[in-house]
Amino acid sequence: MVDRIADPWGERTPYGPGQEWPVRVDRFLDGDRTEADVDRWAQSASVLHSNGDAMDIAVAGGRIVGVRGRAADRVNRGRLDPKDLYGWQANHSADRLTRPLVRDGDRLVETDWDTAMGRIVARSKELLDGPGGWGHFGFYTTGQLFLEEYYALGVIGKAGLGTPHMDGNTRLCTATAAAALKASFGTDGQPASYTDIDHCDAIALWGHNAAETQTVLWMRMLDRRRGPNPPAMLAVDPRATPVAREADLHLAVRNGTNMALMNGLLREIIQRGWYDPDYVDAHTLGFEELCRTVDGYPPDRVADICDVPAADVERAAELLGTSRRLLSTVLQGFYQSNQATAASCAVNNLHLVRGMIGRPGAGIYQMNGQPTAQNTRETGADGDLPGLRNWDNEQHIAELARLWNVEVDTIPHWAPPTHAMQIFRYAEQGSIKLLWISATNPAVSLPDLSRIRRILRQPELFVVVQDLFLTETAELADVVLPGATWGEKTGTFTNVDRTVHISEKAVDPPGEARADLDIFLDYARRMDFRDRDGAPLIRWTGPEEVFEAWKECSRGRPCDYTGITYERLRGGSGIQWPCNEDHPDGTERLYTDGRFNTDPDYCETYGQDLATGAEFTEPEYRAKELKGRAFLHVVDYQPSPEVPDEEHPMLLTTGRTVYQFHTRTKTGRAPQLNQAAPEVWVEFNPADADRLGIAEGDLVGVSSARGAIQARARLCGIRPGVVFLPFHYGHFDQDPTERTPRAANELTITAWDAISKQPIFKVAAVAVTKLADGRGVPSPAPTVGGSEPPPDADVPATVGGPAAQATSGKE
Amino acid sequence: MHLAHYLGLLHRAQVNLADAFRQVAEAHADEPDIQHLCQQQAQRCDAHAERLQPFAARYAEEAPDEPDRLHSQLFTGTRTGGLGLLRDLQDLYLMAAECDIAWTVVGQAAYGVRDEDLLATVQGCEGETAIQLKWLRTRMKQAAPQALVVAD
Repeated sequence: MVDRIADPWGERTPYGPGQEWPVRVDRFLDGDRTEADVDRWAQSASVLHSNGDAMDIAVAGGRIVGVRGRAADRVNRGRLDPKDLYGWQANHSADRLTRPLVRDGDRLVETDWDTAMGRIVARSKELLDGPGGWGHFGFYTTGQLFLEEYYALGVIGKAGLGTPHMDGNTRLCTATAAAALKASFGTDGQPASYTDIDHCDAIALWGHNAAETQTVLWMRMLDRRRGPNPPAMLAVDPRATPVAREADLHLAVRNGTNMALMNGLLREIIQRGWYDPDYVDAHTLGFEELCRTVDGYPPDRVADICDVPAADVERAAELLGTSRRLLSTVLQGFYQSNQATAASCAVNNLHLVRGMIGRPGAGIYQMNGQPTAQNTRETGADGDLPGLRNWDNEQHIAELARLWNVEVDTIPHWAPPTHAMQIFRYAEQGSIKLLWISATNPAVSLPDLSRIRRILRQPELFVVVQDLFLTETAELADVVLPGATWGEKTGTFTNVDRTVHISEKAVDPPGEARADLDIFLDYARRMDFRDRDGAPLIRWTGPEEVFEAWKECSRGRPCDYTGITYERLRGGSGIQWPCNEDHPDGTERLYTDGRFNTDPDYCETYGQDLATGAEFTEPEYRAKELKGRAFLHVVDYQPSPEVPDEEHPMLLTTGRTVYQFHTRTKTGRAPQLNQAAPEVWVEFNPADADRLGIAEGDLVGVSSARGAIQARARLCGIRPGVVFLPFHYGHFDQDPTERTPRAANELTITAWDAISKQPIFKVAAVAVTKLADGRGVPSPAPTVGGSEPPPDADVPATVGGPAAQATSGKE
Repeated sequence: MHLAHYLGLLHRAQVNLADAFRQVAEAHADEPDIQHLCQQQAQRCDAHAERLQPFAARYAEEAPDEPDRLHSQLFTGTRTGGLGLLRDLQDLYLMAAECDIAWTVVGQAAYGVRDEDLLATVQGCEGETAIQLKWLRTRMKQAAPQALVVAD
């Protein structure tokens, strides 16, 4: 037995280069149950992070009683993240929504589905009446629904209502991954495969605390590190995360300076001849300009900007430049920071100039944050069009129009779909009058929360919230629709390395809760959307029909699902797209021949200027004559929109703990997880704390130009001048009479990357003051992860105890 | 030789555009991307003006008096609201277009006078002005339907 709270990564199963990752099956069953007590197992995969770990859900007496990793699956080979081992208990929470709610003055009151949907449909028809009616609708969805649900929502928005105002909270987690892949390679789609960990000889983690955000991916890396001929490891992160502590070299850069670091590393690699001129000539465009720009970033200058030793910049370049099979992984430290897309493209550049792409061990993960974010992108429920089509390509729009049998001009394609921050701005200004929020919690997760609450409270804005619980956002809604969740509905979803899994319905949802797909289909029926021949636009009745329709939409596109069926997904391992007649078993790696998706008729974008987001036109794009080559994009470093000043002298970065997911809607209701990280904390470097007279456990006020919060101090390995707050903590589980502001996003700035439009959560200027003495009681921060205190600190270790005992091993 | 007049025209156009970018940034601070990118582009205009300064001074020595009606007035202050934003961006677009064509004209003159340094300056800056135009067009295309068709 193993306490997976105390040890989130479990026992090592070391292996060597080129070997198969050993199986280790993780299992957690409620109470004293054994497998003999399980009636049946329903196949599924994780929805509490983006790794896509396959699992089976244990069912006994019509209830979920536990989970077990799937040994047969290529992604996790039986392992599970602690969030998956314990998180399913949230399904049974007593405070699940079981009936729809509608607003009656300042209260939300229970009602039936007819009444709730009737209100939404009445308001929709009223708004749709008249020119420009489409523009009054905004949809803000998630990275946590299933592929079928996103596709149905996408068709409702684009072909039913005809609105471009649809985005996901994927804008907060993965928009930059998509933007960087499109910018460099022509379309979205992860070049690499998780199996590249099995082959690599160096791993670079760029702003990616994989140990806490994708624990199973990290287990795979650790197992290589403990085996023969382990890969070298480089970590770039302002915090001393488990990744940084494991790495051979840790660059604790000043927040917001990634671009300068990347330019400096590329300069070293080029100047020292560690690039592949043949690959560059044959497969890339822009090398000369790249050289010109990066030439301005010698190690001394990079050291000044990033506040890291120049010698470490040189050592990092050597680690990267002399590797033979280099694997990179990129996440929020780049995506949610300054110059997000440009810096992420620079990681692509590094691999392109070294020819480190499309072969075993040589690849890039532009990671996703949320479990089904990939599907939001593929199906067009966010700022992309279905099938990774190009909004500016008339032929692509015509394909969609044929598929849906609507007029081309029904589908909004005069500009890219409206990004989330702009949707909220239109709502703030009053031109969006109906905002439908599904499975996400912007009242905790968006920047500058007092502004977001103010917008959602505007009396003239009709807010629909579809969720499992009465979240901080649902409290502000006009209609609340109770959703069924994972384990209570069937559908598919796709992880970072393009692996598609099926997730079966294991049990019935509570009360009158409905699958999100059923809610969307019900809305479409009640709205009576029609195609160009007057027939119903949407005729689907269940997930498999939607999946079959989606396959047609994906045909011939990079995310080709045509070779996948529900039946094929059942029983064995997940399947990597593209999967079609040419690749009947799926595709492990993209771009193995160095030909990229940059053909003008095929690409997903005609490109943008990386400093401003200015769009290039089709003729300009064609004139570049890509001929299957990839782009080397480069820009100069620019300081963040907000830098410290006298009033706000410190930098705030926000992030995650291994024990919580997003706004804790589920993990906050799983006892083992929540007890491990029950309350917000704020991290300080001991030198800063000393200067400010702050000790472990003291209550500290953190304020920015937007707001102020309170949190207990943890002294740990964060770089000087920077404080860290986990962003998970809203107020749903606080006593209303004793609430103190604690959400990190009270402080963050409303600003976003010019290309990906991803908000900047990693760079806000703040002031800190000690409010009260902790009297020797340590902060509630876990001792596991980035908040690990120094060895001599007198802080009790985070453990799960008897309630967290899980099994792990070969069975 | 009249080159100094066109250098003066371009220099003043860059200074005016920088100022207009800053005014629009401030007036539309509730649009964070407008605020941030207009400030960024104002700095680019500052840099352009700075690079032009020595050439303007050098050629001024050989120039006759400045002719009448050389300069134009394209900006008279900011507006508010969604439609106001669109109109303000349109003003910026026209001002950037004036700079764009003036770079072309000055570049031609640089060939004529065989001034390699001036030509390098033109070639270094005119692309940045072209990007400003492109960004303004991109942003206006996105904003136009909501401002003109949807908003009350």
